[in-house]
Amino acid sequence: MLLNWLQKTGRSTLNSFSRTGRGTLFLWQCLLSLPYIFRKPHLLIRQMHYVGVQTLLIILVAGLFVGMVLALQAYIVLVDFGAEESISLMVSLSILRELGPVFTGLLFAGRAGSALTAEIGLMKSTEQLSGMEMMAVNPMQYVIAPRFMAGILSVPLLTVIFMATAILGGFFVATEMLGQYEGVFWSQMQAKVDFYQDLMNGVIKSLVFGFVVVWIAVFEGYDCVPTSEGLGQATTRTVVHGSLAVLGLDFILTALMFNV
Amino acid sequence: MNTRTIEILVGAFVVLAIISMVMLSLKVSNLASYGNNGDVYQIRAQFENIGGLKIRAPVSAGGVRVGQVSNIRYDNEEFVAEVTLDIKNDYQFPLDTSASILTAGLLGEQYVGLDPGGEEEYLQPDGELELTQSALVLEQVIGQFLFSKAQE
Repeated sequence: MLLNWLQKTGRSTLNSFSRTGRGTLFLWQCLLSLPYIFRKPHLLIRQMHYVGVQTLLIILVAGLFVGMVLALQAYIVLVDFGAEESISLMVSLSILRELGPVFTGLLFAGRAGSALTAEIGLMKSTEQLSGMEMMAVNPMQYVIAPRFMAGILSVPLLTVIFMATAILGGFFVATEMLGQYEGVFWSQMQAKVDFYQDLMNGVIKSLVFGFVVVWIAVFEGYDCVPTSEGLGQATTRTVVHGSLAVLGLDFILTALMFNV
Repeated sequence: MNTRTIEILVGAFVVLAIISMVMLSLKVSNLASYGNNGDVYQIRAQFENIGGLKIRAPVSAGGVRVGQVSNIRYDNEEFVAEVTLDIKNDYQFPLDTSASILTAGLLGEQYVGLDPGGEEEYLQPDGELELTQSALVLEQVIGQFLFSKAQE
């Protein structure tokens, strides 16, 4: 009984170590294959469409509503202190520093990350990847590298679009619903939002999140057990691990950037 | 979907992101105000206590914003706080202008208010304001009030 339990613990420890090792080796091979996309840029374009453009709609809708809800909630609190002209500041700072990168990371893991894992995993279980190797096509270069690069490029772009949409959503609520003046909204924001401290740090966060989420997504697909059950588990792991990684890294990055 | 459509969509995506970035930099953040540091001049003012004054706090004269606080440091020889003010070149102030640290509203942020005097000559760049009034620190005011009550 005790031995069984010990064996289970040992096995899961060894498994997680070997997963980490395979993941790192995979990342290394993937980075080495990245120059290949300069020779076949249409592969990257196609993946940018699949990963970036098709995620755009959910990003736009989510951004709009997050901005609108934040403005409404900020108003409820701030109006008690007679500080309702600070709505724009609250909306823009929370969007630029935290919500923009984190929301985009989470949505990307759910929408594009899971699709990447499922696609690569199905290629593996239908032996397309081995087929490519038989034809002397390196699947690392032909399948993984374009997807990896497309994800890394798309996440910051999506984040910036999310931020802009959310602030426009907040602007709409503040001016149309709460009757604020347009000039007050923009001038409060410009006076206090710093380009490097706030906007650039948000973009740096999104670069990190994009890298980690895409890494997890393509690795889980490439490493999955090639059965329908294994594929399902891999997709679940992508979403769960990707989201947790985004949230955990966000805490670390915030602590580093905004020196609390 | 053929290659042309896909390329057009990806192009539109990238352009949309660039437009968003431009909007965020110019309309939301203060990038636009970074460049025009050329047309300001600096004057210094020493305060005994600056309260909660921060860098980039506004400097205003008669309620109009004429510049901002660009640097705050502690002068370790005279034991006072030295504040550097960036004043826009469009505005000039007499030599005996006084500076005071005021609070916008009851709980608002602190800013530097300039009160022009009657001198004929103007403050030169890198000049120093002689007349300053420190920030109002609530604890000190209450302390003084209690002290004067106890004396009665």
